[in-house]
Amino acid sequence: MRKKILAVFLAVALLACSLCGCSGATDKAGTSSDETLNSSGAASNSITVGIAQDLDDSLDPYQMTAAGTREVMFNVFEGLVKPDSDGNYVCAVASDYTVSEDGLVYTFTLRDGVVFHNGAACTADDVLYSFETCAATSVTSAVVTALSGITEIKADGNQIVMTLESANPDFLSYVASAYIVPKDYTDQVTKPVGTGPFKFVSRSVQESIVLERHTDYYGAGAKLDKVTYKIYEDNNALFTALNSGALDLVAHLSIDQVNNLTNGYNVLEGTMNLVQAIYLNHTVAPFDNELVRQALCYAVDVDAMMDLTAEGHGTKVGSSMYPAFGKYFDPEQAEAYPYDTDKAKELLAEAGYANGFEFTIIVPSNYQPHVDTAVVLIEQLKAVGITAHIQQVEWNTWVSDVYGNRNFEATVCGFDASTLNASAMLARWVSDNGKNMINFNNAEYDEVFAAAQSATDEAEQTELYKQCLQLLSDTAANVYLQDLADFVAINPALEGFEFYPLYVIDMSLIGYKS
Amino acid sequence: MKKSRNLFLYIGGAITIIMTAMIVLGYFWTPYSPTEMNGSAKFQPPSLAHLLGTDNFGRDIFSRVIEGAGTTFFIAVCVVFIGCVVGIVIGSLCGYYGGLPDLILTRVCDSITAFPSFLLALVIVSVAGSGTYNIILALGILFIPSFARIVRGEFARCRDLNYIKSAKLMGAGGFRIMFKHILPNTFPVLFSAITIGFNNAVLSEASMSFLGIGIQPPDASLGSMLSDSQNYLRSAPWYAIGTGLVIALLILGFSLLGEGLQREDRRG
Repeated sequence: MRKKILAVFLAVALLACSLCGCSGATDKAGTSSDETLNSSGAASNSITVGIAQDLDDSLDPYQMTAAGTREVMFNVFEGLVKPDSDGNYVCAVASDYTVSEDGLVYTFTLRDGVVFHNGAACTADDVLYSFETCAATSVTSAVVTALSGITEIKADGNQIVMTLESANPDFLSYVASAYIVPKDYTDQVTKPVGTGPFKFVSRSVQESIVLERHTDYYGAGAKLDKVTYKIYEDNNALFTALNSGALDLVAHLSIDQVNNLTNGYNVLEGTMNLVQAIYLNHTVAPFDNELVRQALCYAVDVDAMMDLTAEGHGTKVGSSMYPAFGKYFDPEQAEAYPYDTDKAKELLAEAGYANGFEFTIIVPSNYQPHVDTAVVLIEQLKAVGITAHIQQVEWNTWVSDVYGNRNFEATVCGFDASTLNASAMLARWVSDNGKNMINFNNAEYDEVFAAAQSATDEAEQTELYKQCLQLLSDTAANVYLQDLADFVAINPALEGFEFYPLYVIDMSLIGYKS
Repeated sequence: MKKSRNLFLYIGGAITIIMTAMIVLGYFWTPYSPTEMNGSAKFQPPSLAHLLGTDNFGRDIFSRVIEGAGTTFFIAVCVVFIGCVVGIVIGSLCGYYGGLPDLILTRVCDSITAFPSFLLALVIVSVAGSGTYNIILALGILFIPSFARIVRGEFARCRDLNYIKSAKLMGAGGFRIMFKHILPNTFPVLFSAITIGFNNAVLSEASMSFLGIGIQPPDASLGSMLSDSQNYLRSAPWYAIGTGLVIALLILGFSLLGEGLQREDRRG
């Protein structure tokens, strides 16, 4: 009989274990890391990078949609200009450019000796072809809109002259998105060819992507000879491979993963370049009331939330702008609504909600940081009598219901910028914008934003964009929280990693320490 | 002859009583608030202050386990109740009267069973939305066929026995025969079906919450806690162990109790 009791107990314990063991990674840490460190050393001058998703949208420079794809292909393609790690535009395929005083005519000088990965020299014809193809086929609508504002584009020797319908101080950021490709080359989807410091060698579906140094690169070029991206769609498998030393570089780690890392890699901290907030639907009561939105801002303690979810890592934001945009980001705005429950209760009473109210926060369940944030926030909101419920939904449901149909009260998520300019963050809050998920409707904002768009003077434009940000903060458009911390683990033998204000990793800067 | 002591009954009963007492207590009082966070007490290992340690938000795992067990227990009881009552009604009517309705209902039940049960629950939850009551509904529907089939079998076996024939000769009506005469005879079989069903319900709820479609945070259930704990298997193993242990005990208690009661019944 005892045996039977034991058997039943074991069976039950097994069941319980199998439930929690589903995705428990096996721990291979600490045993092989030292050897691997040496074996992948400077002799071969190549590194292996772990990424969390395959590049299965498209390798075509104008068809790429996923941030993860852009992150890799940034090393293969270049525009006439390209962003640097400070968010400035530096010359790439162009060696120089001038802008006419009225901001309508851009003249780019094609750099001498630019060679495509397939060996062909880059000519002005290639540039014209690239701009035409990009304007006609790009899946990024902001780029298409900006490029369709070009009334005339012509080549004169090695000069490329573009005339714009109206001045657009953000124009360079779109020029950077129009990657230069060889004319009439039709194989971009399977074998992309650009001018970047690395050339594309091969892609093995669900397994790896291989890039090699472009030896004919015009500039200093890459330090590494070869970069292999290994795809691990399971987060635990990715972490295990990293911790065993099989990978030299992995980005976008969480604080928990960093804490569990035992192989002695250097951990660099940056930010995700997005704005995490409780986005509120302004057409749903009580969020149509500015006082209620302000009360919510006072009722959340962002510092405490960051302490609980990420051990204090991350950067507070107070409007729709993340810190890497130094030109527009104002740290003061993050302090506009200090944690003050009395003030929050006062405002709620003034708005007629003295006894609080109930609402539901929809959170995409595949983003654990957002779920954790929501869990902490609803605990904080209890203190002012507001009862919030969490509803987790799948990512696709979120995109169609919340983002598409705007059928929600509140949601915790993050917005990033697809191009490196302020309008990528701010255009969506214009009242008739198709992406204005929160139904923000503020005549003054629309006016200031329109003025900023048509401003020709850069200083004036910056000032107007800052006004937009201030308006978002003053009207408490959303409960702005933070730009999440982003951790990168890198082999200590490597150096040169730099964070960009965009979702890219520049491999050409990375090399082995001499 | 001296009866040997029914260990199954005693041990199972003891575990079940202790667990039930804890769950009932948890509705009124827990050592800490199950949702109260404490940034300075994250990932505390088990100690006298926190019997099962604390989780990634510094919440007391023991308090959450008690609350979570209560949620899971409530769902399991409701699911078994729905499955059992509807199952008895369908099973007894089909089993006693037979004929075309029996054929149709049995086939419907068969077709529900033919689906992987979990898939069906996922479909129901994704259509109706998540939340405690939708989970109860989804799992409840899934549990009907197993009860219906057992009850139908018993009724079909009993309806031609002599004591039913004599009851009919005495002029007893169909419902009187079904629920007064036949139903009590199905209790021994039904009871073991209930204990097995209860265990399955606990595990089903745990698995659904584990997949993130069950109980929504910050409410605790054993499955959602187990799901959360897997991220911290290395750094805070007590989180998974404590939660897993409670699931194990809950099911063990009921299994042993069921087995013990059956043995008691066999001995007369």
